[in-house]
Amino acid sequence: MSMTPQGMTRRHFMSHMAGASAMVAPAMMMGSAIQANADELKKRGRSCIMLWMGGGPSTMDLWDLKPGANTGGPFRPISTAGDVQISEHLPGVAKVMDNLSIVRSMSTREADHGRGRYYMHTGYVPNPNIEHPSYGAVIAHEMATERSELEIPPFVSVGGGSVGPGFLGMSWAPFTVNSNGQVRNLAMKGWGEQTMNSRLGMLSMIERGFVDQNRGPAAADHAKILDKTVKLMTSDQMKAFKVSEEPEEMKELYGTDNFGRGCMLARRLVEAGVPFVEVDLGGWDNHQNIHATLKDNKLPVLDKAMSALVTDLKQRGLLETTTIVWMGEFSRTPRINGNAGRDHWARSWSTVVGGGGINGGIAVGATSSDGTRVETEPYSAEDVMATVVRAMGISLDTTFTSKNGRPMKIANGGKVIKELVA
Amino acid sequence: MSRWQILPVAFGLVLVITAGTRAADKSNDFGIPQVATINEKIHSAWEDYGITPSPQEMDTVWARRVFLDILGRVPSVDELEEFSRDRSADKRKKLVDSLLYDSKYTEEYARNWTTVWTNILIGRNGGTDNNSQVSRAGMQKYLRDSFARNKPYDQMVKEMITATGANTPGMANFNGAVNFYMDKLADNGVQATAKTAQVFLGMQVQCTQCHNHPFNEWKQEKFWNLNAFFRQTRANRGQMAPGEDNRRAFVLANNDFMGEGRNIENAEIYYELRNGLLKVAYPEFLDGQKIPTNGRVSQVNRRNELAKFVVESEGLPEAIANRYWGHFMGYGFTKPVDDMGPHNRPTHPELLTYLGEEVRKNSFNLKDLIRWIALSEPYSLSSRITRGNELDDPTVGEPPKFSHFYLRQMQAEELYESLLVATQAHKTRGSYEEQEKKKADWMKQFVTAFGTDEGDEATTFNGTIPQALMMFNGDLVMDAVSTKPGSFIHTMAKEGDSGKEAINHLYMATLARRPTRNEITAANYLIGVHKGDTAKALQDVFWALLNSNEFILNH
Repeated sequence: MSMTPQGMTRRHFMSHMAGASAMVAPAMMMGSAIQANADELKKRGRSCIMLWMGGGPSTMDLWDLKPGANTGGPFRPISTAGDVQISEHLPGVAKVMDNLSIVRSMSTREADHGRGRYYMHTGYVPNPNIEHPSYGAVIAHEMATERSELEIPPFVSVGGGSVGPGFLGMSWAPFTVNSNGQVRNLAMKGWGEQTMNSRLGMLSMIERGFVDQNRGPAAADHAKILDKTVKLMTSDQMKAFKVSEEPEEMKELYGTDNFGRGCMLARRLVEAGVPFVEVDLGGWDNHQNIHATLKDNKLPVLDKAMSALVTDLKQRGLLETTTIVWMGEFSRTPRINGNAGRDHWARSWSTVVGGGGINGGIAVGATSSDGTRVETEPYSAEDVMATVVRAMGISLDTTFTSKNGRPMKIANGGKVIKELVA
Repeated sequence: MSRWQILPVAFGLVLVITAGTRAADKSNDFGIPQVATINEKIHSAWEDYGITPSPQEMDTVWARRVFLDILGRVPSVDELEEFSRDRSADKRKKLVDSLLYDSKYTEEYARNWTTVWTNILIGRNGGTDNNSQVSRAGMQKYLRDSFARNKPYDQMVKEMITATGANTPGMANFNGAVNFYMDKLADNGVQATAKTAQVFLGMQVQCTQCHNHPFNEWKQEKFWNLNAFFRQTRANRGQMAPGEDNRRAFVLANNDFMGEGRNIENAEIYYELRNGLLKVAYPEFLDGQKIPTNGRVSQVNRRNELAKFVVESEGLPEAIANRYWGHFMGYGFTKPVDDMGPHNRPTHPELLTYLGEEVRKNSFNLKDLIRWIALSEPYSLSSRITRGNELDDPTVGEPPKFSHFYLRQMQAEELYESLLVATQAHKTRGSYEEQEKKKADWMKQFVTAFGTDEGDEATTFNGTIPQALMMFNGDLVMDAVSTKPGSFIHTMAKEGDSGKEAINHLYMATLARRPTRNEITAANYLIGVHKGDTAKALQDVFWALLNSNEFILNH
């Protein structure tokens, strides 16, 4: 039965329903003891922030410039705090580049948005018979025992859809919020604890009765989600979502657009112990007029928020334990098309990783002078995932069992990019 | 108080009083040959796999399914009672026919299928963005008129593929069908090409825009041959009635196409291979049928020609049969339903072929198709998994055998409509447009766009915490369980005596069954807690029912 002993049945249903102080007291004591230990626990805990670039950003114009090549486009490279050069339109990121590294020899095969999004998030190509868990679900799942004090969802997606939990089940689904961190319908409207207890008691009974009729996993999954929802509604930890409480100068630092606010929210959540946060910045599907769009629109937003995130995490001592991944579903054609745009391209491109557990300031791999070929060992979604997972201290021997009993290796057996992980 | 403390123990003892009746040895086909064939072919797969189907679902729960899948809402208590009173052997057939053909359901039938098809054709985000060329209202008006008249499906497809005219209701030459292709014409109509194949033919060709498909036989050339049919198509700015906002007024038109080689007699297009080479393409349907290459609309109207090919193709009726099967059964013969082909074998190939043929023979009458599926044996089975069919589990990736009904979440729109009916608020609704506007505003919280040019999107409605929070605390549910004078509960509490009748009513309105003995005990306890304030107790019970898995899952 899904209503776990830690969940609604015990804490929020049985004890409250009974109204027995003898039963409530231990739960409260347990809560405060956890609070006291929270900081200690967090030190051990690592987190990951994924900056997801929906649409497929042109990495040749950001991280792997080809000045002078006929495919190169108008942007110039600049030097950075690391041992790499990047686009002149990312001056802020350049200053923190000693904490970030570029994988310049990404080579993948999925150049359709849906397929690419799935592949890059899971390390598996789409398969009609099985749904694989995404980064957030995998990492949340692996960090769960260590974060038993966490009452808010361990996988938060800010401003986007992310990819779901697959066979790990709805308990590991992304909790989706907008960049303002507003969680809709969080407050109980005009009904107090007594009413809540009555209602949850009744609900628990109906819920259980249906699960016991063996109608399939959706019934039990629903019960698990109810459990998590009750936890969340009554948790002090929800204040991590109140991004508006940040000081003005902090808001200025990140930028007042959605992505900037989303990155600031990600930092708050990581601070609160959330192991995985994904922040989405869409609009990279630049089939037309790409360089003007990048220069005037996309890159200033990315530059401000990404550099602020790294700086802020570092100042708080959180960068050591927070791994950062920047990527989209694929990249864009080296060749510039007739509409001054670039189309979908997966054969040779870049991702960026950094922060906790990652060696910063370097570029791994290289592409040909016109950017159309990878000239060093090619890396895949699996490899990036394996690298991130290892950087977070999760064993690559971890194996999941899919619903049909098939063993599935974490990160699909990808290999760690050795230059990046000490 | 003491009673609650022992409740967790009682949970394990909840009595199964809703057990279904055993499936008859010979399944009932209601004298409909298509139903008989479906039953026979589904049975034969069960035999091959040594599967025993679950028993038939009890009548009222089956009726809840039919209402949800055909009208997009749960049945009212009155409707369930009327159905229960009918003792005839073909009562299920009568109910399905009533939902499909009784004029009192025409509007709801049209509303539901308009919702379903709007989401298929333009997505939940379609027409909501300020820069969109799509008039969502226009798309919906077209669909609503079509479904209300039960327009043959091939005619609808033809009308959408060939559509010209204005997108928004109230404009001169309004033709809502144009909205399918609005927003899909950028980049030389790549999206129009991909979506035409995907939605109508169940073929996913979007990858072949740039390269030969890695997993199926579609070649890049085929994509651009199909794309050539859309090169006469233009979306131009239009004119609203004086005084009205013009920004979203667009007109779909056919213009002469010069051809990229600037020779209108032989209007060709070029596409780029991965290695940068340009190749030429001409309008050619997926099966190789060609049309003259003249770019003048007066000589060759390319979309008209395309529509003929699509309507005559074998793919069209099979794709719709697969889609509707998936709608009713929870899984199509392929997963996803719109990705058919040699790379993705259907679970029941003979049945799919048969249904395709029957759809064409029956003039693409969608109500016939619905009737065959809704009256079939697999649709009538309980969702309880039994020993004999526990291996039939598509959630673990097994190909579905349809030996028990598969649980699924209500769609957000279905929940919305169901809440209105369960609280009888549907009797005092505003105009159709006002209703749809309200629903659309509410829907926004569950839709997330992915930030690509293809406008793909996800819904967060599907069994997530935000959904649970909405059900716990959202305005819609708060209104539903309100005890204010005039509210559903207030009225019921006033009429009811001991509350027993009202509790029964709430169970029927939400779950289409009566409460178990334990549930009655629990509800009575709540009446005690509220010191006889029946309305307050009913409110708690109703809230719990609406938040339960049994309510939100179509089962």
